[in-house]
Amino acid sequence: METLNDNRIKELQIIANNIRKSIINMLYEAKSGHTAGALGMADIFTYLYFEALKHQPENPFWPDRDRLVLSNGHICPVLYATMAHAGYFPVEELNTLRKFSSRLQGHPHREFLPILETSSGPLGEGLSQAVGMAIASRMERGIDKKIYCLLGDGELNEGQNWEAIMLASKEKLNNLIVIVDRNFIQIDGSTEIVMPMGDMLSKFKEFGWNGEQINGHDLIQINHAIYNAKNNKERPYVIIAKTIPSKGVKEWEGNYKWHGIAPSKEEKDMAIKELEKLVSSF
Amino acid sequence: MLNQKLKLNTKIFNSDVEKKSTRLGFGEGLLIAGTQNENIVGLCADLVESTKMNLFADKFPDRFIELGIAEQNLASVASGMASMGKIPFIASYAIYSPGRNWEQIRTTICFNGEPVKIIGTHAGLSVGPDGGSHQCLEDIALTRVLPNMVVISPCDAIEAKKATIVMSKTKSPTYLRCARNDTPIITTEETPFEIGKAQIVFQPENGLAQLGIIATGPSVYNALIVAKNLESEGIKVKVMNLSTIKPLDSDAIMALAKETKKIVTVEDHQIAGGMGGAVAECLAQNYPTRIEFVGVKDKFGQSGIPEELAKYYEIDQEAILRAVRKILK
Repeated sequence: METLNDNRIKELQIIANNIRKSIINMLYEAKSGHTAGALGMADIFTYLYFEALKHQPENPFWPDRDRLVLSNGHICPVLYATMAHAGYFPVEELNTLRKFSSRLQGHPHREFLPILETSSGPLGEGLSQAVGMAIASRMERGIDKKIYCLLGDGELNEGQNWEAIMLASKEKLNNLIVIVDRNFIQIDGSTEIVMPMGDMLSKFKEFGWNGEQINGHDLIQINHAIYNAKNNKERPYVIIAKTIPSKGVKEWEGNYKWHGIAPSKEEKDMAIKELEKLVSSF
Repeated sequence: MLNQKLKLNTKIFNSDVEKKSTRLGFGEGLLIAGTQNENIVGLCADLVESTKMNLFADKFPDRFIELGIAEQNLASVASGMASMGKIPFIASYAIYSPGRNWEQIRTTICFNGEPVKIIGTHAGLSVGPDGGSHQCLEDIALTRVLPNMVVISPCDAIEAKKATIVMSKTKSPTYLRCARNDTPIITTEETPFEIGKAQIVFQPENGLAQLGIIATGPSVYNALIVAKNLESEGIKVKVMNLSTIKPLDSDAIMALAKETKKIVTVEDHQIAGGMGGAVAECLAQNYPTRIEFVGVKDKFGQSGIPEELAKYYEIDQEAILRAVRKILK
C-alpha cells in the first residue's frame, strides 16, 4: 500500500483548507446553498481528486478516466471547489455559483458543465447510475476503471438506493467504490430521529457488500480504506465515512441548521479567519 | 381508399387480417438492432417475456441485465450505462416505466440527454382483464412533457419493429408505446417510416376530404374501418397515422386541418395530455380548427375483454363514428 508521508498529509490538509475557504466564499457570494455537508466532505474530496482518482483535469473527457458520481448533489460546492483547485476550471469562476447562466448550477447540471459525470440533486439516483457505469465499464475489456459514488447518509432513506445495492451485489461489481457521508444530519434534524438507519455498514454487508467504517477527516484512514476498496475482489465496497457537518468552523460544527443555509458577511469573515488560523496546526 | 404510395397491407379490410402485437414488433426490432450494433444493451425488471425482450436476451445474454422488480433502478442504471457509450433499451409495463419511474426518467435520462430507449408495453385499455391498475392511460402525457424526449406510438407490429431499429440509431431519449394484444397489421415491410413524419394512410379517391381523422397506435385500425364505411356513404375522409407524437409533424397536421376544417383524434389514452392534446396545442396556435377527441374521459379502466372496454369507455369504432357525425353536423 502507498502510505502517505507526513509531508504529503500536510500538503493535502492545506489543499482541503483552501477548498473549505473557497466553499465559504462561494456560498457567501451565492447567498444560498448547502454549507454543512460541503465543508464536512472537504477532506474526502481532496483525497479523491489529489490522490485516488485516475484522471486528467486538462483532458477531462479522457475515456479511461475513473468516474466520480456525486449523488447528493446539494453538496456540490465541495465538488466545484475541489475541481477548480484540481485544475478543471479557474478558481475565480466559483463565485458564479447559483447565478443566472453560470456553469455552476445550484445542483450539478451536466448540460451547463459537461465535464461532470452526471447531473444530480433529486436524492437516491446516483448509486444506480454508478452501478450502470460499473456494469458498462466491465463490458469493455481492457482498462480497469474505478467508479466512485458519494452518497449522503440521509439519502439512504430513498428506496432506490437499496435496489441499486442489491444489483451491485448480484453483479459482483468490485470496480464500484461507494463512500457514504455519515454525518448524522438531514434537513429535518438528526438522521436517527427523522429515520433511524442504525448500523449502516451491517446493512450493506447483509446485502452482500464488503466495507469498513472510518473517520472521514483522517487522511491516513481514508487512504487505507480506498486501498482496501481498490483491491477488493468479487464484491462492491462501501466506506462509511463519519464526518462532522461544517468541519473546520467550530461554531457551526454538528449543527443541522447549517445543512441548507449560506453564511452572512460576518459569519464568513469569522469562518475564514478560523480556517486560516488552523493552517499552523497542520 | 388506402394511400397506394405507402404500400400498406392490402388485406387490411378483410375479416381474416393478420394480427400481431406491437410489443412483439419491438422484440423483433431489438433483435435486429442488437445484431447491427454491439453497443446496444437490454435491461429488464422481471418482465422479460411479457415485454418480448427475451428475443434479445436469449441471443445476447452478455448484453442483457435482469434487475429484478425495480423500475426506478432500471431507468437510472440505463442512464449510467449510456454515459459510458452504451445504447440501453429498458422494457417494462407502461404503468411502471414511465409510470413508476417518471422522475428518474426526467432527471437521469432526459435532464442529462442520455440516449436511453424506454419501452412501455401493455399500454392502454386493451390490456383488458388485468384491470384498471395495469391499464396505463397516462404515459403519452408523462413522456411528451419532458424536454429532449421523443415519443413514438406505432400503429402495428411492423411499424413497432421499424421504429425500434430507427430509434436505436439516434442520440435522443425515446419512449416507444406498445400494446399487449395482437392487433391488425396495417403496414408492410415496404411502408416508409421516419421519426417525426405523420402519414395519410387513407384518402378520398378524388377531390378534397371533408374530415380528417388523426389516430395513433393500434387505434389507427379502427379509424380505417370507420373511414372505409364513411367512404361507402360518399363522405370523403382522410386518416392520418400519427405515430410520432413528439416531435409533432405540425406541417402535416396543419395541412390536414386546412383541407378539412374538421379533425377527430383517436387514441387509447386519457384525452387530457394525450395525442389529441398535442394536436390541439398545435392547431390552436397555428390554425384554429374544430376538434372532437376520442379517448378516455378522465376515468380509470377496469377488467373486461378489450372490445367491451373500448365500447364502455367510448374509444371503439362506434365512438369514432359518433364523433364524426357530431363534427359533420
